[in-house]
Amino acid sequence: MEQTNFQLKKQDAQSHEWDVRLHRATRATREDWLGRGISYLCIGVIILVVASMLWFITSKGIATFTQNHVSLWKFLSGTNWAPDQGNIGALPMIVGSFAVTFAAAIVATPFAVGTAIFMTEISPNKGRKVLQPVIELLVGIPSVVYGFIGLAVVVPFMRHLVGGSGFGIISATFVLFVMVLPTITTMTVDSLRAVPRHYKEASLALGATRWQTVSRVILRSATPGILTAVIFGMARAFGEALAVQMVIGNAAIMPKNLISPASTLTSQLTTGIGDTIDGTLPNNALWSLALILLLMSLFFNALVRFIAKRGQLKNGR
Amino acid sequence: MGAKRTDFIATVIINLIVAAVVGILIFLLAYILIAGLPHVSWSFLTGTTDAFSGAGGIGVQLFNSFYLLVLTMLISIPISLGAGIYLAEYAKDNWRTSLIRSAIEVLSSLPSVVVGLFGFLLFVVKFKIGFSVISGAIALTFFNLPLLTRNIEESLSAVPRNQREAGLSLGLSKWKTEIGIILPVALPGIVTGIVLSAGRVFGEAAALIYTAGQSAPVTNFADWNPMDAASPLNPFRPAETLAVHIWKVNTEGLASNASQLSAAASAVLIIAVLLFNLGARVLGNFLYRRVTASK
Amino acid sequence: MLKQYSFEKTAVQTFAGNVSLAMRTENLQVFYGANHAMHDADLGFPKNQITALIGASGSGKSTYLRSLNRMNDGIATVTGKIWYHDVDINEPNVNIYEIRRHIGMVFQRPNPFAKSIRENIVYALKANGIKGKAELEERVETSLKGAALWDEVKDSLDKSALALSGGQQQRLCIARSIAMEPDVLLLDEPCSALDPISTVKVEETLLQLQKKYSIIIVTHNMQQAARVSSQCAFFHLGHVMEYTPTATMFSNPQIPATQDYISGSFG
Repeated sequence: MEQTNFQLKKQDAQSHEWDVRLHRATRATREDWLGRGISYLCIGVIILVVASMLWFITSKGIATFTQNHVSLWKFLSGTNWAPDQGNIGALPMIVGSFAVTFAAAIVATPFAVGTAIFMTEISPNKGRKVLQPVIELLVGIPSVVYGFIGLAVVVPFMRHLVGGSGFGIISATFVLFVMVLPTITTMTVDSLRAVPRHYKEASLALGATRWQTVSRVILRSATPGILTAVIFGMARAFGEALAVQMVIGNAAIMPKNLISPASTLTSQLTTGIGDTIDGTLPNNALWSLALILLLMSLFFNALVRFIAKRGQLKNGR
Repeated sequence: MGAKRTDFIATVIINLIVAAVVGILIFLLAYILIAGLPHVSWSFLTGTTDAFSGAGGIGVQLFNSFYLLVLTMLISIPISLGAGIYLAEYAKDNWRTSLIRSAIEVLSSLPSVVVGLFGFLLFVVKFKIGFSVISGAIALTFFNLPLLTRNIEESLSAVPRNQREAGLSLGLSKWKTEIGIILPVALPGIVTGIVLSAGRVFGEAAALIYTAGQSAPVTNFADWNPMDAASPLNPFRPAETLAVHIWKVNTEGLASNASQLSAAASAVLIIAVLLFNLGARVLGNFLYRRVTASK
Repeated sequence: MLKQYSFEKTAVQTFAGNVSLAMRTENLQVFYGANHAMHDADLGFPKNQITALIGASGSGKSTYLRSLNRMNDGIATVTGKIWYHDVDINEPNVNIYEIRRHIGMVFQRPNPFAKSIRENIVYALKANGIKGKAELEERVETSLKGAALWDEVKDSLDKSALALSGGQQQRLCIARSIAMEPDVLLLDEPCSALDPISTVKVEETLLQLQKKYSIIIVTHNMQQAARVSSQCAFFHLGHVMEYTPTATMFSNPQIPATQDYISGSFG
């Protein structure tokens, strides 16, 4: 039972022919080169965009410190923002941005979690038929429309309620609350749905009420997911420009209270960048604000990743 | 007893919260439509804007919005299709791929004002193209690429693996399998994603203020030669869109009826976005039925 | 408690020079990462016969089969040699697309394309440059007849393939493979998702097809192996334990492992 004749390779013409046939490039090979080329090119374009975006904004943003020799500490802690007079204190905007972001997240989170519990635990049916479209529509409304309604409804309302101009952090919070609500809700729904069914069943079988089950079992095991949802909402609030700019009043001064005009990084950028000349200190200072926005966006991103990693470790993966 | 009572109270609170959320949406839509629709007329939709006060019709802005949308989609769909195919088919599970994914995630989480500023820096300041349709379209592309890419990748990956195996086992190339076999099956999801992103792009303003600009020069709608300066298709003219117009009228406008104007423009914008959402649903379902051959 | 069988004691036949083989593997090994899924498989497959690969799930039979037309590329590491027309097609520089045209494959779950019945068959043909309308029509008819599906679908060739029953879909997949006019047809448990009547139809189809093609079929169903195959290989935990003519294996198994498996007292 030897197989010698199969070892006699490539002797006759026929086997040579097969050798050639199975090694040469065909239409499929060429298609694959082409397809590989096209898709690598496309992904390359995206990478190039991201890289150049990071590079350009960073290099513009640090010019305030490297070319105009403003001290970083002065920039971050100074409260006087008058770039044309050489005063580059960005703290009012930084405080403004963080204030509206945290306030919006604090107001929106209970609403989002409540809505998500309703959609997953109380009435999944109504959740799908009514609330899902409601959330999608809230996402779909453009930010300028939110800004316009803020301007037409929220600002006059605040003016009547507490006096003053009505512009300020509280009006911005109102607008941002509605804007981040769908973001946080959608992601909270996802994380509640990801809780294994048997957790819930076990709890109910032990005689716990629905609320006990929700609060002690479901919310607890969904906490990392909800946290991620809130961070995504905060990232959106932090970066939102026009809606905030339309209702906050745009006064680059330290906010003394929630109802006086203030400003955020984004609002200052939107109003200012068109009025300054490229390469001058006022212009560079605005790019530094943009750099803070960029870094915060990266920070939120990293935070989400960190939470995801910890969640995985906890689950033993 | 105590537990039952807490349960009851919690349920009531949650129901109140849900009612509030639904109420907010109803209020928003009702307010815009009631305040805006009475001022929407044919002459408003087709008329031109007074450059100084911002009063008048929104014809040019409406055209600009659609023109920018079409251009943005023309640029971003092919790129995100290629990138989506790369991630779904060619990307190996290694550090390079996870770096690429992170980059896409970073791009998608960047505030749109930052994307707009980058476009401004690149096209207006560096390349000196000026405020123009093309600068705006490319800025919107940057803003649109990550979401569309992710949507396409997810739709492609959701197609069962055995469809890929079927194609490959017949000697089809990976590319041909992806384009000819997988893509048609993934199409309903991809189309839904594209139409939804169109709604987002249509309503975007922050990325456009310093790229497409804030002025809408009157164009000659009888001249369709893209090379002519007065042609609406000229990609190098500034093009204020409807969303930017609403912002502009509200913040810098001098029109005495600014509030009515922007309510009317918002109503038009909202209706357009609603139509995109509805269109996405209908089109997606229709294509899904065709692809799966179910009735 | 699973019985331990010695992997030293195997009974694997080889073929004399006068038997012409469609394919042959030499020291074929498959690794999924660190997991050694297939050890040293040396099997030859005679032309125009049906060879069955049997064994419990996890025995490596499907893994082995998928290596034969390089469907494990990118999934597993396959070492050793796969001889096809005196060419080692396990080398990295062979054209895998060309190989798969000659060595077709049908999968466990029917996987017709979401296209019409006709388009399912002609799509790959067109992609390979066959343009003539008459030729395409002819291939559709012959392949569907070959897969014993023609009579059932000849009036509805433009209907979606997804509207067919599971058994019909699987026969369409067979038709789609033989429309490429391959040499070898690999089938990976083609009947496991089908009802008994569809199974009989597919088996009848295979018995007809062996006149033109060399067939290698993975099955966990011993009766099926006995009904359709001429040669039979028994896989156990990534080893080929016994490879003999089917008649021999079922009447006179050579080693205890096969004996136990066939008699049903396995493990």
